[in-house]
Amino acid sequence: MSEQEKVKVVLRRQEWEVEPGMTAKQLLQHLGLNPQSYLVTVNGELVSEDTRLQPGDFVRLVAVISGGRG
Amino acid sequence: MKCRKCREKAVINMRQHKLALCKPHYLEWFVEQTERFIKKYKMFTRDERVLVAVSGGKDSLALWDVLLKLGYQADGFYLRLGIDGGIRYSDESYEKIKTFVAEHPGTQLHVVDAKEMYGESIPEVAQRSRRGRGKPCSVCGLIKRHEMNRIAHDLGYPVLATGHNLDDEAAVLFSNTLHWQVGYLARQYPVLPEGNGFARKVKPFCRFYERETAAYALLAGIDYMYEECPYSEGANTIYYKELLNKLEAERPGAKLHFYLSFLRAKDKEGLFANWEEKKVELHACERCGQPTSAPGLCAFCRLWPEDVLNKPSEAFVPLTLIGGLKTEPSEENATTS
Repeated sequence: MSEQEKVKVVLRRQEWEVEPGMTAKQLLQHLGLNPQSYLVTVNGELVSEDTRLQPGDFVRLVAVISGGRG
Repeated sequence: MKCRKCREKAVINMRQHKLALCKPHYLEWFVEQTERFIKKYKMFTRDERVLVAVSGGKDSLALWDVLLKLGYQADGFYLRLGIDGGIRYSDESYEKIKTFVAEHPGTQLHVVDAKEMYGESIPEVAQRSRRGRGKPCSVCGLIKRHEMNRIAHDLGYPVLATGHNLDDEAAVLFSNTLHWQVGYLARQYPVLPEGNGFARKVKPFCRFYERETAAYALLAGIDYMYEECPYSEGANTIYYKELLNKLEAERPGAKLHFYLSFLRAKDKEGLFANWEEKKVELHACERCGQPTSAPGLCAFCRLWPEDVLNKPSEAFVPLTLIGGLKTEPSEENATTS
């Protein structure tokens, strides 16, 4: 039996591979990221936090916080 | 999660509004809300020319995009800072903005290149002037404010729009409250009226969460600069935003309530109504004419050596890009027809 395809996750220059099945929100929590501070795109499309990740999905996390020195 | 309007799959859930929307309805909602905020705070009308300060980031490019969709006379202003930071930060940002301009024929982008115009990039002038304890951020802020005001004034824009979102405003409010900066608290508002030679300053995105402006930029297909300014690492603003997002994760709507309650206290309950700003006598800068608190040169003009200040006025005319075509300053009014 072949190993189930993983989900590739990219945030800027960091990369991870995770098991499919978790939701976008669970993925952020798994990586220790605040769901308020990141958007999740799956295979190039923005998805809501309850979207379940499928084998072979390519996830790009988009950091939304920006700002200069205050 | 389903879109509240059409029951198709939602792409974003805004817990503070208890509102989930699909892509087409989110794009529609975002544009409609921007128009609502512009009218609510009486920011500007369709008869007024608006200069949008753009950085290449999500907020400013999204703002420019929405204003154009709404039919406002919106042009862009970009200050080339000359920051590299190992990621070609300024070059990449400029590329994103030029791409945006190319995709929006008829728009104008006015560009001030600090190095070309004043002889030094922002990090270089910060190092020479020794302002900002090794970071160029205070010099950057000073130069940005001066140049935005100068270009708006010289090119006849009565309104200057920035892409500040609710997270920016809440972080500033939090910081000013922590330090009880009463003067700053009294002035913080979505609109700063024109006066003393300055254009009216407006923040049409002041009620959107930062993740909402990012979502709009992604969904509208705006190619923006993901990388942050290399000098922003460790910035207080980012720290306060992260703190507020921790609160928001536990208490949906906390950020919105914090900011809107502040505005309501000012508008309806007279917070700061009797606060009188210390009257500082303003003088016109001897060189540039912008208001300054002390006679002589303003803080901006004091940054530069005499040979820069004595350059002919033509040297300070911005480069203008129109509809994706690069033109020389003398051809500023050329069209692409």
